[in-house]
Amino acid sequence: MVHQYKNNGYNIVLDIASGAIHVVDDVVYDIIALLIETASEDVLEYIQNSASEKEIISQLEEHYNSEEIKEAISDIKELIEDESLFTKDIYKEYIMDFKKRKTVVKALCLHIAHDCNLACKYCFAEEGEYHGRRAIMSYEVGKKALDFLIANSGNRRNLEVDFFGGEPLMNWQVVKDLVHYGRELEKNYDKKFRFTLTTNGVLLNDDILEFANKEMSNVVLSIDGRKEIHDFMRPSRNGKGSYELILPKFIKTAESRNQNNYYVRGTFTHHNLDFAKDVLHLADLGFKQISVEPVVALEDEEYAIKKEDIPRIYDEYDKLAREMIQREKEGKGFNFFHFMIDLEGGPCVAKRLSGCGSGTEYLAVTPWGDFYPCHQFVGEDGFLMGNVDDGITKTEIRDEFKLCNVYAKDKCKECFARFYCSGGCAANSNKFHGSITDVYDIGCDLQRKRVECAIMIKAALAE
Amino acid sequence: MKHIKTLNTKNLKSTLKKGGCGECQTSCQSACKTSCTVGNQSCENK
Repeated sequence: MVHQYKNNGYNIVLDIASGAIHVVDDVVYDIIALLIETASEDVLEYIQNSASEKEIISQLEEHYNSEEIKEAISDIKELIEDESLFTKDIYKEYIMDFKKRKTVVKALCLHIAHDCNLACKYCFAEEGEYHGRRAIMSYEVGKKALDFLIANSGNRRNLEVDFFGGEPLMNWQVVKDLVHYGRELEKNYDKKFRFTLTTNGVLLNDDILEFANKEMSNVVLSIDGRKEIHDFMRPSRNGKGSYELILPKFIKTAESRNQNNYYVRGTFTHHNLDFAKDVLHLADLGFKQISVEPVVALEDEEYAIKKEDIPRIYDEYDKLAREMIQREKEGKGFNFFHFMIDLEGGPCVAKRLSGCGSGTEYLAVTPWGDFYPCHQFVGEDGFLMGNVDDGITKTEIRDEFKLCNVYAKDKCKECFARFYCSGGCAANSNKFHGSITDVYDIGCDLQRKRVECAIMIKAALAE
Repeated sequence: MKHIKTLNTKNLKSTLKKGGCGECQTSCQSACKTSCTVGNQSCENK
């Protein structure tokens, strides 16, 4: 499959199965468009045929001279022979092995506190409680979770543990105790824990920051952007905005981590479709690691992203991409998580096929020790997989997730972005369609746009 | 080539041979938590 598009003056061609990306001139672009439209299964055979060459020339001679067209055809042939254009997707056979594959657990999302000191309107955890009761995780439950992770991680050395909530700082002592316990386990089992803390910042102080900077590989700081946007969606329980309270602490956190290994992480909604302003606001405040992502909500929520919002969001991503190129060239660049793409050292095919790992490599643990496929499934009865005492008891749920990949989803089969998103988020699919093998359609539209922008940025910066 | 500039040399097919060690980061742990972003991750087995 080949996907090509024009953005910001660049003609970009993606060869999906090989992962190759080409920037081409107009004549090549137009020939590839004809090839996509008219060529048979074997494009190389088609293009080598002199009748086809004549046909292409006759269709394009109004715009280009025949020598130019012949030259372009020759370049295209070279790419096909080199298996970097019109490459066949041969990975489907490979995926059959996935069923037999023994998976290990390598990441846990620990729900340290099902409670929160903010009342964010879009919270999928319903103000921290996940359709259930307020609760905090005990040290004992957390310890058992880490023991489970060690015992089920096989030969994998790098293990990830995210302290999540609700708001994990509401149960900070347990976080610290679990980090110490994890460090002991590392020595005994030759493992390496990478801890992440996700916080709204309300309780953040110097002592916590010092500990986090020593022990946390990554810190995710929740802030939506401009004050009025942030305060509207992220009020405290008494209705007062939280921006003024958290911002100085987040600036200090980012600086103290040398602008690395953290994210300021915001959510945009139907109310701020001009979200590029929020991203740039965060950049103007000096943050270098920024993630601002679309809210995922059913259409009946007034803040939900609606189908008719999509063109506006596309424009906004384009605007942001152009501004990022400009700032990068001026030496004022920053990372935007959703535009990050690793073209050279990116993930292998196995990773791209298997997706995010929810339900297999990645599990969420509730304060009382229950396992769910990921944090977004917590509280959904049908997805309760087991607990820290008995391990995974519903292995059929794990097996269902094991087989959830791009080839299991009809909508992914024809999508050019399938090896960039790996079939999308199972929780989002389930939320909108009641099945983990469907997709969240608006999310897919936005994902495709982001992939296009991210690659265009690479093209612009490669000049 | 006069008409084409290739941006990346990585061929996904070649990663079939030695890929799949699983040491890479779990997608949702980095920042997102509400989407699936795999293409931006780095291989730890280069």
